[in-house]
Amino acid sequence: MSLETQTYTITRADLVRYAEASGDHNPIHQDEQVAASVGLPGVIAHGMYTMALAARAVETWFPAAEVVSLGCKFTNPVVVPADGGVEVEVAGEATEADGLTTVALTVTCDGQKVLGMPKAVIRA
Amino acid sequence: MPVDQSLVGRVFPPTRPFAVSADHVAAFVAATGGEYDGGPAPATYPIVLAFDAMNAFLAAESLDLFRIVHGEQRFNYERPVVPGDELTATLTVSSLRQIGGNDIIGTTSEITDASGALVCTTSATLVHRGAA
Repeated sequence: MSLETQTYTITRADLVRYAEASGDHNPIHQDEQVAASVGLPGVIAHGMYTMALAARAVETWFPAAEVVSLGCKFTNPVVVPADGGVEVEVAGEATEADGLTTVALTVTCDGQKVLGMPKAVIRA
Repeated sequence: MPVDQSLVGRVFPPTRPFAVSADHVAAFVAATGGEYDGGPAPATYPIVLAFDAMNAFLAAESLDLFRIVHGEQRFNYERPVVPGDELTATLTVSSLRQIGGNDIIGTTSEITDASGALVCTTSATLVHRGAA
């Protein structure tokens, strides 16, 4: 079953709020110069921010479900510009087996996949 | 300088207990653009605990956070986190390898509640970028 694609916008202000809430104050998520010094193309979103959006999409599709497992690789950085924001799209495909629903996700930014094999298993 | 191979298998001390409040869950949800209406915390919320444990690990090994890039994260849940929980994370270094001047560090954190029951196991792959 294909699920309705969710679109989210990430801004620098979101990253500041997320750093505060999560405790992840890595400056590569705030500071261009530090990001460049470790070879990144710019200020990038926390991988966990993008993963949180993937989880948010699952919660939108299956509001009452309990999440059994969630995982992904962080394969491409989501570069967040200083002005405006960047859009992230979360698409999903659900299959059921043995009382559990597996949601295979596709998370893209500018048409490029940013998470590797993102997947949630839920008890719907 | 590469990370010391003898780290593999080392278990770090449990983090200080963290009291999950509805306000903090709401702040976490709001930061990712959502609206918290009570109930369980979002699925990625246990990263707050795992991150605390990782920071203690980085400090103990004199590793710089700004050199760390996240490679992978997995969560296996025994139950959802809810406000009122008092949680602790215990981090174990599960693997370590060097690729192209970077250290690829595998960690597993067990998150337990005040009764000692397992709430969530989460594993992370951390890429520690060597100095250029």
